[in-house]
This record gives sequence, structure tokens and C-alpha cells, in this order.
Amino acid sequence: MIGAGKIKQYSNILEKPLSKGKQEVSLSAFAFLFSELVQYNQTQVDNISELERRLEDAGYAVGARVLELLCHRDKGNRRETRLLGILSFVHSTVWKVLFGKVADSLEKGTEHEDEYMISEKDLLVNKFISVPKDMGTFNCGAFVAGIVRGVLDGAGFPAVVTAHFVPMEGLQRPRTTILIKFAEEVLQREARLG
Amino acid sequence: MTSTACFIIVSRNDIPIYEAEVGSAAKRAEDAQLHQFILHAALDIVQDLAWTTSAMFLKAIDRFNDLVVSVYVTAGHILLHIELTFI
Repeated sequence: MIGAGKIKQYSNILEKPLSKGKQEVSLSAFAFLFSELVQYNQTQVDNISELERRLEDAGYAVGARVLELLCHRDKGNRRETRLLGILSFVHSTVWKVLFGKVADSLEKGTEHEDEYMISEKDLLVNKFISVPKDMGTFNCGAFVAGIVRGVLDGAGFPAVVTAHFVPMEGLQRPRTTILIKFAEEVLQREARLG
Repeated sequence: MTSTACFIIVSRNDIPIYEAEVGSAAKRAEDAQLHQFILHAALDIVQDLAWTTSAMFLKAIDRFNDLVVSVYVTAGHILLHIELTFI
């Protein structure tokens, strides 16, 4: 065969490693697809919170699948059982695979025990989106919040995840923060596991 | 001589998705129901055990007479096989 190269032949198809897939996807293709997703949902709903909820649901499906895939492909079949473990998994591995870089920062909320924040200076999905003034605090990062919620829910850490704009001095565009608020049972289980 | 008797895939909400009797074990009608019963009784044990370890393959979590239950838990807590083996 021309250009066969050195391919290791596996006698058993079950022993073949999972293919890495395409590492890169065209940014403009994704931007077009995402803008079409937002526009389509805009025609279906009457208010902003419904639109945010729909984007979140779309992200939830992505998150559930990404969790299984990454645990098998990148983490060598080790599950996450602790809170900090799953948060750093989301913050580095998931972000790296989805957006090509780790998230900017992971912080623990100061007022409440169950709040954590992942911040990003320039969220990829918001790169080509501009929100008109009359839509108030709407944030297309709700899609990413849905992805995070899908990952956390799938791993057994139910949480309420929302996306917010946080204006920062020295930066033209506000920073996007994904706020994660874990359910009561997660904290109880964490305390029990010590 | 080990032989698998019953193989089940269970979703995260304890709903069985797939089920098969495999291996060279004797196939009798009442055995099949007994196997299902044993595997469902083991689900509670799996749920507790899954949080204590980060490994995916949990060997021999439960016994019933000479039947042994083992399970493989995926990242999304989908129980990929609950397997009954004669030892």
C-alpha cells in the first residue's frame, strides 16, 4: 500500500486505543453554528430566562457526553469522587479539550461554602456575540454553564450553574464568570468522606 | 473454572438498559430470575462503594452462595457490567 507508514496492527479490535479524533475545529464554523443556535432559540421563546434555559439545556447534553469521553480517553479510566477533583477536572481537562486552553481561574466563594467560580477573560462562545442593551443581563455563556452542569451532574455532583458578566477595571470587555452552586447532598457527602 | 452467568448494563438511575446471559453456565429458567434478583440487590452496595474509590473496575463486591457479583462503573455512574460468576 502506498504511504502505509508504521501502523501497529492490532489482532483484536477491542485492543485498539480510542482515536484522538480531530484536534481542531474551524472557529468560524463553530461561530456560525452557535449564532444560528441562538437565533433559532430566540424565535421560539418570549423572554430572556427561557432563552438562557434553552441554551443551558443544549450545553447539558454536551457536558454529559464529554464527561464519559474524557474520563476514558484522557484520564486513563479513573473517576472523580471528590469535589476539588471534579472541579479541577472541569477547569483544566474539559476546558482544554473544548476551548484549547485551561480556564483562567478557579475560585471558591467567600460568602457561601457551596459556591465556586470559574472565570474566563474572553469566553470562546461569546467572542462573536454582542448583546443589545434591551436584553439586560443575558449571557450566551449560559451554553458553557450548561456544559459544566452536564459534567457535574453526570459525575454525581448536582449543582446550579449560571454565567455572569463581571466588569473589571483595565479590561475593555467584562470578564465572564461561571458560578457553580452545589446541592446540599454534595456537601454532606464531602463532609462524610472527610 | 469460572464462567460468567449474567451480564447487565444499568443506567445511573438504576434502570437496566441491557441484559444477557452469557458463558457456559447452565441455563435454567428459575436461575435467570435469581440472577437478576441478586444483581439488583447489589445495586445499593455499588452506590456506596463507588464513592470510596476512584478506580473504575470494582471486583467482587458481593457474594451469594457461590455466586460473585462484580461491577465496572463509568465516569457518569453508568454500571457497565454487573457480572455474576460461578467461582
